[in-house]
Amino acid sequence: MNWQLLPQFVISGLLAGGPIALTALGLVLVFKSSYIFNFAHGQLLLLGALMTWWFAVERELPLWLAIVLALALSAVIGLAIERFTLRPMTGQPLLSIILMTLGLSQVLQGLALLLFGGSQRNFPQIFSAADPYIITLPWLIDDRPIILILKQNLVWSFVAAMLGVILISAFFRFTSIGLAMRGASEDHELAQSLGLRIHRIFGLSWAMAGMVATSAGILLATSSGLDLSLSVVVLAAFPVVLLGGIESIPGVIVGGLLIGLTQGVVSTFKAQWVRDMTEIVPYLVLLVVLLIRPEGLFGQKRIERI
Amino acid sequence: MALRPAGEFDVSFARDMATIRRGWQWVLLFAFIAALYAMPFYADESTTALVNRIGITIIAVQGLNLLTGLTGQISLGQAAFMTAGGYISALLVGKLGWHFFAALPAAALGAGLVGLIFGLPSLRVKGFYLVMATLAAQFIIPWFTRNAFPEVLNGTQGLNVAVPEIFGLKFNKPDQYIWLTLTVLIPSTIIAHNVSRSRLGRAFVSIRDNDLAAELLGINLFKHKLFAFFLAAMYAGAAGSLEAHSLRHLNSETFNLVDSIFLLGMLVVGGLGSNLGPIFGSIVVELLTDASAMFGPFVVELFPDAAGGAQAMRPLFFGVTLILFLIFEPRGLAHRWQIIKAAWRLRPFSHT
Repeated sequence: MNWQLLPQFVISGLLAGGPIALTALGLVLVFKSSYIFNFAHGQLLLLGALMTWWFAVERELPLWLAIVLALALSAVIGLAIERFTLRPMTGQPLLSIILMTLGLSQVLQGLALLLFGGSQRNFPQIFSAADPYIITLPWLIDDRPIILILKQNLVWSFVAAMLGVILISAFFRFTSIGLAMRGASEDHELAQSLGLRIHRIFGLSWAMAGMVATSAGILLATSSGLDLSLSVVVLAAFPVVLLGGIESIPGVIVGGLLIGLTQGVVSTFKAQWVRDMTEIVPYLVLLVVLLIRPEGLFGQKRIERI
Repeated sequence: MALRPAGEFDVSFARDMATIRRGWQWVLLFAFIAALYAMPFYADESTTALVNRIGITIIAVQGLNLLTGLTGQISLGQAAFMTAGGYISALLVGKLGWHFFAALPAAALGAGLVGLIFGLPSLRVKGFYLVMATLAAQFIIPWFTRNAFPEVLNGTQGLNVAVPEIFGLKFNKPDQYIWLTLTVLIPSTIIAHNVSRSRLGRAFVSIRDNDLAAELLGINLFKHKLFAFFLAAMYAGAAGSLEAHSLRHLNSETFNLVDSIFLLGMLVVGGLGSNLGPIFGSIVVELLTDASAMFGPFVVELFPDAAGGAQAMRPLFFGVTLILFLIFEPRGLAHRWQIIKAAWRLRPFSHT
């Protein structure tokens, strides 16, 4: 292990974990209200980023307007998904619902390919990539000070992602709609009999998930570029969700940062075979979590005998 | 109780258990199989290649049906097990000089053992947690082939796979390869059918329907769930080996996550838990995605600036088909086929 580089990789890993946490938040949002795990989230994220790119670059609108338009459109897409594909699935077995979101992911992937093509895009820079922040830590390793180089865009993506996470958790905790969503996820029928309009709640949570996905897509696209493989990033968010606990928002933050951190640390090892593992670390973590503590760090323990 | 044609009575236990009841049905079946084997003599090569691909897909979906359709364990890892089978068979033939017909069962067995490992989480978790565990297989196995033992597995480049050969007959074109595929497909269909109606298959179904009750009835969940994973991965291994030797090249991306999703989708389109389901589903979805390629040129004309228009058709067609089936015919084509048969038998009083 390279001790000199370790702090740098830890911080970079943590920063990379921010947008992943925001991505995972979109998954938790839908799961918390409708008890559906959305495998099409990656494609929502991709479409959101592509729409922003289209408005900003092809239509040459100002960036803020492009983002607002993309957010609005993705909310509409979220609503449409809930109304036309998932509402008929109410009360269907889990397999059907999982397959429905998988089918949706294929449709959205096809749509993205059809409407925007598969080439690599230059996403407009929201945060400048030039002059990184350089921090010199006050203590020494091997008689040399530790210098942290933090890219501006990574730092600000992280801040924006954390802001989004905090906003959403406040929404769940302090507003009556958030309370209604939490209630609806507990028991659909019970919530309905208490006068909650669960379909409206589901629609709202899907619209919100679309918007969260778009914001995560924009953040990821500014830091790592935009092409069709952006949808794959979400696959790294699945382990985050499970590690944190599927219905827990603090879990998402901790899980996202932990996974980013682990990846950062693994990539500092000297041995090539350990460094090769960087890309599958999330899934190894996932297998361990599933075997040892399936409910995750902060999830609710369901008493269920298998 | 399924409807029987008029005048059809079971007068012996053998008759009661029979899948094919009448002489003329046997004749039709053998005529159909013979027609498939004779395809190279009357069909052109692209048709034969398509039938060949459908045959291999059917094998993989049959395995998935045992695991997901009968046992109720949802798996997104079937393509990963195909990768495992493909690599094992390619290495056995290529590096150790085994005969293909020895390497194929060995690949199935090896993939089955890999499947056992990734089936272990099924003892702790179920539902979509299990989907996640199988999804992990879908990442870890291709990663392994990319990074482990680069001098043997050749990293991201992948392997060139040898052409199967027996008695001087080389299976290097779809025209010949279809004989291999059919020779594996027929026993695999028979085995899948017989597993599903034996004690084992009934145990699988009881686990799917209510695992607690199944355990109380004395079914060992541990053993049966793992065995379902083993069987599914064995089928995948055989299919992967066949496909690898047919493409003659294999890397970690040959069978990917999208393929796993397609296999699950085919199973649902065909009908979960039915023996005809995998066959119907694979045929319909493969033909549909094949037909979608024909729409490519029109789409490129409609959207001239979208370079990906032609490739977009495959996921779009598949996704829309899957969604429509889930909403309007969640029990799949096999169920629709039962309804049509019943309606025919009750004609003119069809009320089903």
